[in-house]
Amino acid sequence: MQKEGQIRIPAGCAISSIFSKSGKRIDGSQIVRSIKIMHDRSNGLGGGFAGYGIYPEYKNAYAFHVFYDSTEAKNQCEDFLDRHFDIINLSKIPIRKNPNITDEPLIWRYFVNPLPTKLADSQLDEQEYVVRSVVHVNDQMEGAYIFSSGKNMGVFKACGYPEDVGDFYRLEEYEGYSWTAHGRYPTNTPGWWGGAHPFALLDKTIVHNGEISSYDANRRYIEMYGYRCNLMTDTEVITYIVDYLVRKQGLSLSEMSNVIAAPFWSTISRKDPEEKERLSYLRNAFASLLITGPFSILLGFEGGLLALNDRLKLRSMVVGEKGDMVYIASEEAAIRVIEPDVERIWSPRGGEPVIVTLDHLRR
Amino acid sequence: MAVDFFYPEYEIVRDPNRCIACRVCERQCSNKVHSYDEDTGKMVCDDSKCVNCHRCVALCPTRALKIVPSGDTFKTNSNWTANYMKEIYRQANSGGVLLSSMGNPEAFPVYWDKMLINASQVTNPSIDPLREPMETRTFLGKKPTGIERDMNGRLVPNLEPQLELSLPILFGGMSYGAISYNAHECLARAAEAVGTFYNTGEGGLHKDFYKYGKNTIVQVASGRFGVHKDYLNAGAAIEIKIGQGAKPGIGGHLPGLKIVGDISQTRMIPMGSDAISPAPHHDIYSIEDLHQLVYSLKEATDYKKPVIVKIAAVHNVAAIASGVARSGADIIAIDGFRGGTGAAPTRIRDNVGIPIELALAAVDQRLRDEGIRGNISIICGGSIRNSTDVIKAIALGADAVYIATAALLALGCHLCRSCHTGNCNWGIATQKPELVKRLNTDVGTERLINLLHAWEHEITEIMGGMGINSIEALRGNRLMLRGIGLTDRELAILGIKHAGE
Ligand code: SF4
Ligand code: SF4
Ligand code: SF4
Repeated sequence: MQKEGQIRIPAGCAISSIFSKSGKRIDGSQIVRSIKIMHDRSNGLGGGFAGYGIYPEYKNAYAFHVFYDSTEAKNQCEDFLDRHFDIINLSKIPIRKNPNITDEPLIWRYFVNPLPTKLADSQLDEQEYVVRSVVHVNDQMEGAYIFSSGKNMGVFKACGYPEDVGDFYRLEEYEGYSWTAHGRYPTNTPGWWGGAHPFALLDKTIVHNGEISSYDANRRYIEMYGYRCNLMTDTEVITYIVDYLVRKQGLSLSEMSNVIAAPFWSTISRKDPEEKERLSYLRNAFASLLITGPFSILLGFEGGLLALNDRLKLRSMVVGEKGDMVYIASEEAAIRVIEPDVERIWSPRGGEPVIVTLDHLRR
Repeated sequence: MAVDFFYPEYEIVRDPNRCIACRVCERQCSNKVHSYDEDTGKMVCDDSKCVNCHRCVALCPTRALKIVPSGDTFKTNSNWTANYMKEIYRQANSGGVLLSSMGNPEAFPVYWDKMLINASQVTNPSIDPLREPMETRTFLGKKPTGIERDMNGRLVPNLEPQLELSLPILFGGMSYGAISYNAHECLARAAEAVGTFYNTGEGGLHKDFYKYGKNTIVQVASGRFGVHKDYLNAGAAIEIKIGQGAKPGIGGHLPGLKIVGDISQTRMIPMGSDAISPAPHHDIYSIEDLHQLVYSLKEATDYKKPVIVKIAAVHNVAAIASGVARSGADIIAIDGFRGGTGAAPTRIRDNVGIPIELALAAVDQRLRDEGIRGNISIICGGSIRNSTDVIKAIALGADAVYIATAALLALGCHLCRSCHTGNCNWGIATQKPELVKRLNTDVGTERLINLLHAWEHEITEIMGGMGINSIEALRGNRLMLRGIGLTDRELAILGIKHAGE
């Protein structure tokens, strides 16, 4: 059977997230409880989490989480990392044996910074240097896969139900101001941990529920800009689109949302002239990055979280608030299980982004 | 000479029990096939002059007529087919080049018919076009390479000139001269009503039609007929015609016979003189020259109009397209080898060029490989026959399609492939006033509008089935296609998988 990356596997899913606007650090057990309640939306073939603010002691270094199939792959990758980065710390990621999680690869974590001379030689900005290094390993090194590469954040994922994945990675031992989670329902057995979500590039992580119908149009367009969609998953292509529009093109998050979940022309025509011009421009200039078909995505990034539904709202997604906390999930139950007294709860409209950021960043 | 005798290809069958000798067929046939025999009081006919255009069949009030293959045959030979034999007799007699019209009729593979379209089931809902918006609006032109902001951080709309279409279908270039005034009027009015564009072809723009300018693409071809500053500024876009799918590599020839009245004025050439378009543009011998022509046209129109470069689909079309994309042109139109023509040398029509499906797939992929697909929009033409051909073209990577033969069919053309004779019984490919007036422009306009609306319905229905509610999400979305009965090589060129994969 072909594995993820050789064939495109459609999947349904559950997603959930917790965010503290005041920057309060929450341990990982909460997000695990939240995603667990939606057990039936996953089928045990993929679960994962992203936590932000979890590595304060190394907050200025890039944290690489890496899967290795073999020690040879590990040696080869470490050799590469050694030549391109200053490795501040390295260790196995601590795990706890769980009867439902099997066939685990070697899972390592590195805190790194680009070697200043190499970086200068490359004539790239620091982030681009990191991205290219990650892509190089994932593309060129058989059996090595860097699945998390941001600062002061990390992705934890595996084949299994999300609650088992959380247990396996001992998430209760991490504390962060923002968490996202994903339970996957692929319609085919990938059997490969890299295929689980979140999908991450630098500090951006995406969890996604849906199956986009624009996939190949998006993929073939974004690949013009140096990205390689090796996993053939929606999440991967959405991550690259966001990276391209936000980091490379310099669009704001809401402008990016106006591209990928663009309003209908009929809606645009009812806006005032200036807004009409702005929305028409974004839609036309980046036409091939419009995403159609059902999706709800949670985009985690340093200091914030964005939630977005497709423009027809073909996938459920609810937002709840209590004090400085924001909860976003596929189902209301996933919010109530961790905050029974949630104060405000609503369903964002299709195509309308919900963006939350840390209070101290907004001032 | 006896050797030049051909038994007529078609036989006109007249049911004597039905014929009332009303002589309608006689009046309708410009080829003078039918006549009335005063002595017997019966209709007679000369089948040898019949081109099988079905005009008389359609107008006979008693349905007394039908046209059938005559059945006369030479001794069967798969190599020396009847056609090849007759062509030799004809050339041995005339010493001339064989001429034909309309597109390549030979049995080459039609790849449209070997591709199947996807639909959603379970994992992804289909969308009901009757309940949800389905968007077919299309913009043609360059995409910006980067955004710009003003001092206040607002986005500056830095798009170069664009064509906005309500659906991804335009009428392809057909000159006034090759087709009639009435046919042009129908195309112009339908384009205006639907919100798309028609194309003047290389014959200039009749003064009456300047009023449709915002729905007109004006063509500049190697003969430069009718090209002047007002003409360039009259349209919404300018098309430089380098080549045509039906006759790549050669020019055109409109006989002096057809250069009458208005046509001579519109083309700006004397009455009765042959209008000869040279094979190349004599100011374009290389890609740098094309660049210069593109920019001279942009200069002449204040950089307000997109420039289209139309090329024929030939073997190295991908490399040529890449050159065109770097020439400053905003749109490239690729015309496949089955594209129509008013007249072309038969041998060239049937043997030069390649199918549009392969050319389109190769061009789109090449431009993406080079990272310049956003520099240029692609229009493809050369036998788009129905709405699913349109969908398949867009999924392969086209931004829009040109239809020309299909538009003429909507106006009544029956593909008799005799346009070069100038006797079109349907009032399309003719300049004879008594024939031209047969094409009622109100009816013709309505029929073109109907055709586009019907296709639009079908396109949105099929898009909805795929779970796609906007045409841009279909563009280049090759996963929506599967090949059937194609070799690995063909699949690789088309960039699609085989059905079942
Ligand atoms: S040429 Fe046309 S109109 Fe004349 S007989 Fe044949 S089918 Fe009828
Ligand atoms: S139009 Fe029909 S009925 Fe009239 S003369 Fe011709 S064949 Fe006879
Ligand atoms: S346009 Fe007229 S002459 Fe040409 S093929 Fe059609 S019906 Fe025949």
